Amino acid sequence: MRRSTRKKIVQAAGFLALRAAMGLVLAVLVLFLYDIGTKGGGAISWEFLSQAPRRGMTEGGIFPAIVGTFLVTVITALLAIPLGMSSAIYLNEYARQTRLTRLIRLSIRNLSGVPSIVYGLFGVILFVNALRLGTSILSAGLTLGLMTLPWTITASEEALKTVPDSYREGALALGATKWQMIRTNVLPYAVPGMLTGTVLGLARAAGETAPIMFTGAAFYLPFLPRSLGDQFMALPYHLYIMATQHHAIQQVRPLAYGTALVLIALVLGLNMTAVVLRYRLRRKRQ
Amino acid sequence: MSPDTRVAKIETRSLDFYYGTSQALKRISIACYEHRVTAVIGPSGCGKSTFIRTLNRMNDVIAGTRIEGTVLLDGQDINAPDVDVVELRRRVGMVFQKPNPFPKSIFDNIAYGLRINGMRDKRKIEETVERSLRDAALWDEVRDRLDENAFALSGGQQQRLCIARSLAVEPEVILFDEPCSAIDPIATAKVEDLIEKLKTRYTVVIVTHNMQQAARVSDYTAFMMLGELVEFGVTETIFTNPQNKLTEDYITGRFG
Repeated sequence: MRRSTRKKIVQAAGFLALRAAMGLVLAVLVLFLYDIGTKGGGAISWEFLSQAPRRGMTEGGIFPAIVGTFLVTVITALLAIPLGMSSAIYLNEYARQTRLTRLIRLSIRNLSGVPSIVYGLFGVILFVNALRLGTSILSAGLTLGLMTLPWTITASEEALKTVPDSYREGALALGATKWQMIRTNVLPYAVPGMLTGTVLGLARAAGETAPIMFTGAAFYLPFLPRSLGDQFMALPYHLYIMATQHHAIQQVRPLAYGTALVLIALVLGLNMTAVVLRYRLRRKRQ
Repeated sequence: MSPDTRVAKIETRSLDFYYGTSQALKRISIACYEHRVTAVIGPSGCGKSTFIRTLNRMNDVIAGTRIEGTVLLDGQDINAPDVDVVELRRRVGMVFQKPNPFPKSIFDNIAYGLRINGMRDKRKIEETVERSLRDAALWDEVRDRLDENAFALSGGQQQRLCIARSLAVEPEVILFDEPCSAIDPIATAKVEDLIEKLKTRYTVVIVTHNMQQAARVSDYTAFMMLGELVEFGVTETIFTNPQNKLTEDYITGRFG
């Protein structure tokens, strides 16, 4: 009797500790969003979203930065999605599981932990200089794409692993070729998971500053980019400038908070897209 | 019904099989006769599943495996370099231990094998789906719900669906890898009835850990232990008058 009472107390204490941890995390998140929301909410207006900065960025909006971030994210997606999914399919379905493939996989995991500034410098060397793409949307997008690749590959491979082997064997036993098996009986069930991981990776890339600040993002541009070879303004870099580099930091603080709010909304929106996408694809399959 | 007068549909000659360095099959020579049911019995880990998977080269998908000796289908070596493994697997179908329907509709589960083998004609697909489901004694239970997800079926129905799925691509041999180990006794009886019927048109090989099942459904029985073939012969003889002491001990339940 006494033993079971003690066990119950231990269990209650355990649950309490877990709830407290969860509550702490939520509290930080809510506090954070509240702070940005209240301080940045006032800056948000149609004008803020649709116009370029004016008067040394002390007035006006962030439209060029929104466009720039959008364009650069598209380039990132175009590189990271096809290449990442293909790599994952190769690694999980085709490659023999040798020491070499384990090494490749380990390297990919490690790459996802490399600081983003390192990717930025690598992008300068490879895209801006060696490939002569200059500081441009293309260079920045490709740099972010490289940074996102390890995430895409890892998430896609995990998604492929969740497809039971019995689907694969069942297809093969009916006379499917390997590619038929993958295309018709593996990918349809893995794609929702692959997309979710990929979109989360893109959301992270969209918020990065370090990889784009040397490869294409501009301090201030009075016009929108006309081609992928042009420089661009981006939300995270704009925020960085407004928060730390501006000559009148106090004056532009509300604008900085407004920018932060838009950036967070964008990232949250992308994450929500991932969730909705996964939910709908799953429903369709069942 | 002496073994010698029948045509061997599938035959293994001195078959060795390795997972890496560990040998799972040792010099297995068995003949599976046309339009007969051959059962492979033996204690867990004796290599009977490994054996049946060598007959349609399902072990190819497992890394680090190696095969020596010969597996003949209609007298042709199925491991020869010019053999198309995809065509082989269409000719030698397989039903797995756990029912493995695909997460598709009942109809699409059956049509899957037809489509990957290039059938496009909708009418023909519909006909074949119905015929396969009838042959698998499932038609009456699912005819009004072909669009439902196959996961909605019971375990026993799922297994008959998997049988129908392999029948649809018109194989010559059907391999059953412990097909009843995950379903209930009534469903088991249905599958056994089915196997009995199937042998008039197909050659059947069944792996089972259930000796009564082997005695009920098979014409020939192979008893394996620790990767070796202990005894092989007409089922009745194996169960009433085994030649080997190990076989006798196993079928009388002294171990296993």
